[in-house]
Amino acid sequence: MTVVQVSAGWVPLAAVLLLAGAAAAAGLDGALAARAQGLPAGRGLVTPVAETARLFRQRRRTTVAADSPLRWVGVAGLLTVALLMAAVVPFGRWTVADLAVGVVWFNAMDVLLWAAVWLAGWGPNSLHPLVGGYRFLAQALCYELPLMFALTAPAVAAGSLRLGDVVAAQSGLWFVVWMPVAFAVFCAAVLAFSVWGPFRAPADATGAGGVLAESSGVDRWLLGTGRYALLAAGAAFGTTVFLGGGQGPVLPAELWLLVKTAVLLAALVVLGRRLPVVRPERLAAPAWLVALPLVLVQLLVVTVVVVVRG
Amino acid sequence: MSVVAGIVFWVLAVVAVAAGVAVFRVDSMARATYALAASFVAVGLTMLLLDLQFLGVITVLMMVMEMAVMGIYMIMFMGMNPALMPMSMVHGKGSALAVSIGTFLALAAGALGVPWPTRRGAPAADLVTPLGQAVMEQKMLVMMTVSPVLFATIVAALVLALPRGRYDRLGDDLRGQARR
Repeated sequence: MTVVQVSAGWVPLAAVLLLAGAAAAAGLDGALAARAQGLPAGRGLVTPVAETARLFRQRRRTTVAADSPLRWVGVAGLLTVALLMAAVVPFGRWTVADLAVGVVWFNAMDVLLWAAVWLAGWGPNSLHPLVGGYRFLAQALCYELPLMFALTAPAVAAGSLRLGDVVAAQSGLWFVVWMPVAFAVFCAAVLAFSVWGPFRAPADATGAGGVLAESSGVDRWLLGTGRYALLAAGAAFGTTVFLGGGQGPVLPAELWLLVKTAVLLAALVVLGRRLPVVRPERLAAPAWLVALPLVLVQLLVVTVVVVVRG
Repeated sequence: MSVVAGIVFWVLAVVAVAAGVAVFRVDSMARATYALAASFVAVGLTMLLLDLQFLGVITVLMMVMEMAVMGIYMIMFMGMNPALMPMSMVHGKGSALAVSIGTFLALAAGALGVPWPTRRGAPAADLVTPLGQAVMEQKMLVMMTVSPVLFATIVAALVLALPRGRYDRLGDDLRGQARR
């Protein structure tokens, strides 16, 4: 099955799909939050709609001597990066951008978040967002290298950086089966660059909201939607490189991709809610001394298998 | 080069140069850092026009990461933190200007004056594989030498800039008694 690049006119549809994923994640999170408070879960399901209505009517708050251009880059950055990540993911037989270096593209996009989140923290010229921005960079230094090597494993196994080839290489066996460590590290990194779950310290209540503290109205909506969209884009990419992409029996490839992405996204949301927050400075030691060596061993195993198999 | 590619090239070229100029015109460390990042991103995207996809994307990746870290270092090591206040991004103006104009003229003269060879052979269909082979085979020694040298430079610069950090005073776990 070859992947065909569609015209740029389909980009809005890809954006709508990504936003639908983000809304589904927000709805699920709202339902879980409502149930945790003893309210009917159905009431939480409408969270994305209710929050959108609330934030779009809210007046935008500004701070004294804010660095507006940089703040805008940061606030708009999260959702933009999520869209750029999703652009290379093959949707069944179709893709918006069939890059020869799709895996590296995804990696470069998640590095853009280093800039975006820090700028969202720097821009308001306020203490707590700035602390949140620094927390994110400390966290990024922990997850980035393990993530890079986790992404290398599927590329080595497929012998290509093109996502269509990575999907095709999983026709016999999904990569998650023989690269479980890389998959686990990838999922953790998705949670981390989305500032979600155990890695939400940069935007957590322990820092008075961190990078979110001074944002309101549309800005807050963009940051919040951006985080959910990053989760959704990460889930779609993880499905593509580890869970066989659109491969599966009976159903068309597009549907399989949606189903698998939905399952992975739901797992990330549920898992994220159940795990306690990790302080970024406590993350450095396990990330560099445990996760990085483990993922390197995983990469070695994959490479040896590829060489032996010829 | 098609019309669209021509337009994209010129837009990126103007952004790269304008952002490069902005590095020295803005009055804050954060703006200067990210203006430089924007300039590098424009250069990286220009490389995509040459079909150098891997090099272009990796340039964006490396430069944004570098600038994010550089921003922290600049703000961290600026003593009483003028980084958080408006400040000029240039010092030693006269000599710096002379050196940069001289360098520009030398490089431009080289670019215009050198008799460029005509292309021999054709580029491979998949440029990523030959690039990887070049880096991992003939250029392996260079890469293996450059990385430790770069890393040693970073560590040495940090040690020089911060002779006694909190890990010196409080021990590796930061739990010791503050020693002076």
